[in-house]
Amino acid sequence: MAHVVLTDLVKTYGTFKAVNNVSLRVEDGEFVALVGPSGCGKTTTLNLVAGLVPLTSGDITIGDRIVNDIDPKDRDIAMVFQNYALYPQKSVYKNLAFPLQMRKLPRDEIDLKVKEAARVLDMTHLLERKPRELSGGQQQRVALGRALVRDPAVFLMDEPLSNLDAKLRVQMRSEIKRFHQDLKATIIYVTHDQLEAVTMADKMAVMNGGFLQQYDSPATVFANPVNMFVASFIGSPAMSLVPLEVSTNNGDTALSGTEGWSMALSPLNARKVQNSTSKKVVLGARHSTIKLHKHVIAGGIPAKVYTVEPTGDVTFVQALLSGATVNISVPPTVSVAPDETVWLEFDQQRIHLFDGETEMALSAA
Amino acid sequence: MANTRGKSFIGRFGVHIAVLIFVAIWTIPTLGILVTSLRDKDQITVSGWWTALTSSTQTVAGRLPGASAQVERDGTFVIEGNIFESGSGQVGAFGTRVQAPTQYAAGETAELNDGVTMQLNEDGSFVLTSPQAFEGDRGQRVYYSVLQPPSFTTENYNTVLFSEGIGRSFLNSLTVTVPATVIPILIAAFAAYALAWMRFPGRALLIAAIIGLLVVPLQMSLIPLLKLYNGVGAFFGVPAKTYLGIWLAHTGFGLPFAIYLLRSYIAGLPREIMESARIDGASDFEIFVKIVLPLSFPVLASFAIFQFLWVWNDLLVAMVFLGSGSDQLVLTGKLNALLGSRGGDWEILATSAFVTIIVPLIVFFSLQRYFVRGLLAGSVKGG
Repeated sequence: MAHVVLTDLVKTYGTFKAVNNVSLRVEDGEFVALVGPSGCGKTTTLNLVAGLVPLTSGDITIGDRIVNDIDPKDRDIAMVFQNYALYPQKSVYKNLAFPLQMRKLPRDEIDLKVKEAARVLDMTHLLERKPRELSGGQQQRVALGRALVRDPAVFLMDEPLSNLDAKLRVQMRSEIKRFHQDLKATIIYVTHDQLEAVTMADKMAVMNGGFLQQYDSPATVFANPVNMFVASFIGSPAMSLVPLEVSTNNGDTALSGTEGWSMALSPLNARKVQNSTSKKVVLGARHSTIKLHKHVIAGGIPAKVYTVEPTGDVTFVQALLSGATVNISVPPTVSVAPDETVWLEFDQQRIHLFDGETEMALSAA
Repeated sequence: MANTRGKSFIGRFGVHIAVLIFVAIWTIPTLGILVTSLRDKDQITVSGWWTALTSSTQTVAGRLPGASAQVERDGTFVIEGNIFESGSGQVGAFGTRVQAPTQYAAGETAELNDGVTMQLNEDGSFVLTSPQAFEGDRGQRVYYSVLQPPSFTTENYNTVLFSEGIGRSFLNSLTVTVPATVIPILIAAFAAYALAWMRFPGRALLIAAIIGLLVVPLQMSLIPLLKLYNGVGAFFGVPAKTYLGIWLAHTGFGLPFAIYLLRSYIAGLPREIMESARIDGASDFEIFVKIVLPLSFPVLASFAIFQFLWVWNDLLVAMVFLGSGSDQLVLTGKLNALLGSRGGDWEILATSAFVTIIVPLIVFFSLQRYFVRGLLAGSVKGG
């Protein structure tokens, strides 16, 4: 196993910058998820690490070696692809043996390693089958096995679960997590599904528009998003973002909405707003941190219910506030009707404040 | 079956009828040639191949024995015998004048001049009676129609293959066709992989040039090509008309289409498979040999059929690049020559034609599932 360091990675296609100054460090044995919407540069970053795409500038270090100009086969990596990329005309056994044959290993050693990998992934009985005779989950496991037999320094996985159906995806998710725990493998995992990233990764790298937005543990990214993009991308339903104006209320800093209401701030939040030069602040709040009241309460902000979505154990209420939609989760016992006026109470400890112009999180320091 | 759902019975019925009609239209001429080639050459001239299974009638002229065969019996002179010397055959009708060769039905008694009567039975036995003695050695003229049972023979094939030179031409055609099919496949497969998956400067330009070459008419390039070949041949001291020359010519004419067809198929193979193989440690050559070639078998087979049929049926290139001696004359050329020298001998022509088409038929039927799959090349994702 080895650590991976990316330094100022840039990849341009013509004038389009697909990857823009991405730097991050993956520790030995760490599971890092690259996550972001389509076209954010996460797959390109992975292909750069794999060596499938030539680098424009920057450095890639695997172990203690700079691998910028080294062929993919010599980088000591293994890759698992979204559509598995199994060799259709070869049996499972030969698929697993192929990377070893290419490395000119002796036949009996290949046999030993293939059988060991098959045993670990519980597919000894499938060895003689062709890929088309396998289910999606089994094919995925063969692809995983083909990476495993190599015993590489780094595993690269490019959306390995997105071709599976929802149920199998959950199952394979835990299998890959288990695989990581057992092998203590260094894994770089690309996904557009933030849930996969949050549940599996030790650290997640959120990307957008070719830029690395935030690189931290899932818990930190969830609790302290650095900007509005990360805030809205991580978590489901997405964090509600409400654009507000900075105002003063009896000398205290407050935020006011277009409907004319104003919200008092805790001293810490007030200091954050005062540190900002912008007059526009965006309030961010996750659905579980907002309390919904059916009657007027002190400090409650009136809002109009837009839709009500019962899901069984929780009901999601969407309300209109200052031109934005706010998601609130309430117990299914609470009955709310569309167009009803409700009063929202924000938890000052758990709201997020962003600069309305730079979209960055406001800091108290 | 999913494709029968939502179609009415009448609709399906109509489709099947239409298919049947097309199949019939396409196969009947081939069947005709096959049947004709197996028939007796005399029968071919009197009736069409579709009557091959029924008896045919043929009018024959003959002469009964002369006076020396007569015997006197109860005052009348009688000549008896059988007109079929071999003793078998079937007479349909007979007559004594060339204008009315089937005047009397078999078994009837014909009244001739001077009280002479004649009876000819179905089995060919005849009785000629006369009140006076017959004179002269020349017997009675008789015309009769013989019913010939259907008879099939492989004699035509014997003739054509061993004495008309078609056998030799067949071998010549194979000598031209097999290498002229294999060589372009070998070259085109490598080229197609390189043009589809390897990065090098000028790749797009090269592809465009190859597509452009697709539309160059063969006739236009024949003469320059021959001049070039002769010049190069003279330089190396090689004679002008050789098999090597025609292999190269067919390879050249086949390559643009081969590369185009193979490239579009190989480019459609999933990118991830190549990338995966690269990471697994395979070189471009290994990827080509171990991954791409096995996956490309359908399109290789489909191109092989195209090229084989085209070369096998080619006359023009063969006339230009090969001599007309028996050691170089290909089947199409031989057929052409036979049309001139044996134009009336249908059994020779039909048999030669069938010998010519038999190889394409075998090639097509053994590879036709790849042919159909290969026609879809590029539109269906491989693997």
